[in-house]
Amino acid sequence: MPKLNELTIVQAHEGLKKKEFSSEDLTRACLARIEEVDEKIGAFLTVTKELALEQACIVDRKIKAGVIPGPLEGIPVALKDNMLLKGVKCTASSKILENYVATYDGTVVKKLKDAGAVILGKTNHDEFAMGSSGENSAFKITKNPHDLNRVPGGSSAGSAASVAADECLAAFGSDTGGSIRQPAALCGIVGLKPTYGSVSRYGLIAMSSGLDVIGPFTKTVEDAQIVYDVIKGKDPFDSTTVEHNASLPPLTLRGGDVESLKGVRVGVPKEYFIDGMDKETEARVREGIEQLQKLGAEIVEISLPYSPYGLAVYYVLQPAEVSANLARFDGIRYGYSELVHSSQSSVHSLFELYAKSRGNGFGDEPKRRIMIGTYVLSAGYADAYYKKAQAVRTLVKRDFDEAFLKVDCIATPTSPNPAWLIGERMDDPLSMYLADIFTVSANIAGIPGISVPCGKAHGLPVGLQILAPQMREDVVFRVARAYEKSV
Amino acid sequence: MSLTKEEVLHIAKLARLELKEEEVEKFRTQLSGILDYVGQLSKVDTTGIEPISQITGLQNVVREDIVHVQEAETREAIIEQFPKRKGDLLETLGVFE
Repeated sequence: MPKLNELTIVQAHEGLKKKEFSSEDLTRACLARIEEVDEKIGAFLTVTKELALEQACIVDRKIKAGVIPGPLEGIPVALKDNMLLKGVKCTASSKILENYVATYDGTVVKKLKDAGAVILGKTNHDEFAMGSSGENSAFKITKNPHDLNRVPGGSSAGSAASVAADECLAAFGSDTGGSIRQPAALCGIVGLKPTYGSVSRYGLIAMSSGLDVIGPFTKTVEDAQIVYDVIKGKDPFDSTTVEHNASLPPLTLRGGDVESLKGVRVGVPKEYFIDGMDKETEARVREGIEQLQKLGAEIVEISLPYSPYGLAVYYVLQPAEVSANLARFDGIRYGYSELVHSSQSSVHSLFELYAKSRGNGFGDEPKRRIMIGTYVLSAGYADAYYKKAQAVRTLVKRDFDEAFLKVDCIATPTSPNPAWLIGERMDDPLSMYLADIFTVSANIAGIPGISVPCGKAHGLPVGLQILAPQMREDVVFRVARAYEKSV
Repeated sequence: MSLTKEEVLHIAKLARLELKEEEVEKFRTQLSGILDYVGQLSKVDTTGIEPISQITGLQNVVREDIVHVQEAETREAIIEQFPKRKGDLLETLGVFE
């Protein structure tokens, strides 16, 4: 029998239903695990012990009174520290928000509370969700639970590490260019990036509003599906959200038993197996794809000719949106302010107040992206960079649209290599950006993707990525679940 | 491409970021490298291609113009976050000298 903190959501839910243990038992097991290992792993920035125990007790009272718990009721989860939880610090892992306390619950947080989930705390990540390693936080470096000398991936580093280290049963992150799938792959767990607009971002500290989406980290695909069903849906507070269409076109995937992938067409894009990719990682992913074939899927070689440009599109559009979104941190209304931090006499003008507060409040990566964004949007350059990138975005999306006429889903590696050593890429931003080369295109095209563990390379976890058309999370889950059950 | 020191300082000014002396050279090199990388987009022929600005195709999403009244507690919590205040008013520097 595994320890309570090691259970999946499904197992914990069964136990709660049968009254084998209480939500308080589950919660205390997670809190004890955090106490035991988090000093080494560094997944959490804030542990909300009192809130968690209070929530757990409410659930326990209901269960005792004979109420059958909902699928997330009493389940301990963690939130990335860019998601607002009322009354609790929300730092975006940045000095500029070091003492900021959230004044309301974001929509996903509210849905989780309404569903009875127990919130254990807020997790570390790359500052403002910019980074691929978890090293860009202003507060600490999160370590990979599989090897403490290595990065957990990023930007949702702490959320991935906390699930991998059994500090919680599930965690939440945001994915703008791979920030859920890539750390899930490097930490050997499941990470889902939903369709753009299928989950509300109200109460998520905005980084790149045309790309950001919230999604779960879980131990199994089934758990990811359960969580997704709770958090998805249209929200009047996020005007980009869309309702899932109930009358989706029939697919070869419909019906049939869960174990078989008979009749499912899986596309394998040749552009995703590149020179310079780690050979062992490639071998594990190829084996994963063979496994899909053994389950009955038809493997189709496809081409996504514009995908090599995905990362370049991303590093124009994303910094452009960052430069606009982060303009709100001005040292005036909230957050770090030079008015308070220096003697009044050293700040003589509003311009100085802005420039000094931002210069001292932001870390290197936000500064780089704000400047790149400012440059590509500035007079004389906007057409050459920003408009050009938007046009290439159309071509990247068309690639996928055409591919999905031939196949039901696409299978690729999540990351070109397993977890690297802490510090290895910190001096070269571009080498860090390349970590997202296989994940960004899903954000560019707005489509859903999942990373599922597919063995190990050099003793470290490898992820298999499954992509599907917009709003076809059902396809992602179906294929990923069949794969997961078979290995 | 290679940015000059002056260009970096100009971008930083537009972005309202004060840079330390050592940051200017570091960012000059790093930003030049990133702009070189994204410069590959100029090789793509996009003649007649409509740029995408909303990926799921939403258009003109509107809502009723209704004011949601905040609870006093929320208002208080927001005011609490002001770096500097006089009573319930936000204090900052003047716009005009």
